[in-house]
Amino acid sequence: MGDVKYSEEHEWIEIDGDTVTVGITKFAQEQLGDIVFVELPEVGAELESGGEAGVVESVKAASEVYAPVSGEVVEINDSLESTPELVNDDAEGEAWFFKMRLSDPAELDDLMNEKAYRAFCAEQG
Amino acid sequence: MVGFAGYAMPVSYPLGVLKEHLHTRASVGLFDVSHMGQAWLEGVDGADPAAALESLVPADLAGLGLNRQRYSQLLNDAGGIRDDLMIARTDGALGRDGLFLVVNAACKDADFAHIDSALTGRARLTRIEDRALIAVQGPKAASLMSTHAPELATLPFMALTRVDILGVDCLISRSGYTGEDGYEVSLPADAAEDFARALLDQDGVAMIGLGARDSLRLEAGLCLYGHDLDETTTPIEAGLTWSIGKRRREEGGFPGAAIIQRQLGEGVARKRVGIRPEGRAPAREGTEITDGDGAPIGTVTSGGFGPTVGGPIAMGYVAAAHAAPGSSVFLSVRGKALPAEVVKTPFVPQRYYRG
Repeated sequence: MGDVKYSEEHEWIEIDGDTVTVGITKFAQEQLGDIVFVELPEVGAELESGGEAGVVESVKAASEVYAPVSGEVVEINDSLESTPELVNDDAEGEAWFFKMRLSDPAELDDLMNEKAYRAFCAEQG
Repeated sequence: MVGFAGYAMPVSYPLGVLKEHLHTRASVGLFDVSHMGQAWLEGVDGADPAAALESLVPADLAGLGLNRQRYSQLLNDAGGIRDDLMIARTDGALGRDGLFLVVNAACKDADFAHIDSALTGRARLTRIEDRALIAVQGPKAASLMSTHAPELATLPFMALTRVDILGVDCLISRSGYTGEDGYEVSLPADAAEDFARALLDQDGVAMIGLGARDSLRLEAGLCLYGHDLDETTTPIEAGLTWSIGKRRREEGGFPGAAIIQRQLGEGVARKRVGIRPEGRAPAREGTEITDGDGAPIGTVTSGGFGPTVGGPIAMGYVAAAHAAPGSSVFLSVRGKALPAEVVKTPFVPQRYYRG
């Protein structure tokens, strides 16, 4: 398990060299409720930090998923399209959304560490 | 919690929307719908309040028997729907000699002011401010309620009775908004919490929030005012022709009658339909509906995930040429045209008590 960072959009970002794995946090999953649909970016897509990367829908509402950093999508978790409820069961493990190859590793410095993210969630609480 | 018509309402209780929905279809759900407007409508100087109210709604109220309830709509002069409501004929044994009305929370102030002023001299409206309303819905609702009042087991669908349950004076109708068997219980507000807690202590009973209330009614093909119905839609466009009595269709005598009679004769340009998206992506309210060439043909008015259906479902209005079940349509979701099919509603079979 590499170093993990967090975005203000409630994504976790696990860093492995120049590649990151992105998912939504347990906190986000709890706020959304029962997840019924996940739309992922296409492999090969070039995403910009803060740009749209996908959609996650619960029984209540649709929410955008944003790219936490810039880069190329190198792999997506296809299983979420058929079993979106996996996000409720294991948001920060099995239910990762996509992997990106970083185009600007310095962007990682803008993300929060776990302690800062917990404080951020507590404020939103 | 969310704001809803001036009330703070829970979207869900701890079970969550999905489990609350499935629980109601399998057992019994309790819904606190006390925000809805309740009122008595009594005749003035011997006038029949049913005849008076017929001037505002298209239902046959003259033909409404004692202790029976009917669904109708308050119409505007264009035949558009100001609100939809339940109307029951009552006597002193049920409360008042007249009609018992239940209207939507968001419309209640306007509805009651409208009825009161339009029927001045013929009928008198009295708002019921001191009674709560609790819906008890699901396949086990009858066994739950009949342990407290055996006659509720055989109370007909859309009929009313007044009984004491757990020492509380309850005005009960066999009706609801889930597609399941069940009851709506009007009871003194100061007794409502203890009453609900006593029912919740029994096996298989859970509180259900607004989220599941919405998904249950959508699966049951029931309209939500302000979404599927509004001032610009008529009961004919909305597929509610069944709620207009035969005599009323012929005689008219309600707001917008000429327009509604013309629509009955000539058909309508757009109709409310059920829609099943082919994939898994839900199409939410406001989604544009297009034909195979990308031309706009309508709009989704309610849409989401149907937990019992196990996939996305929606309702909306489409041009009449595309309204037949089996018609192929497309839903514009996030810039993509997702294929979908027009289907009959309800999406799940209604399971009302039929004796």
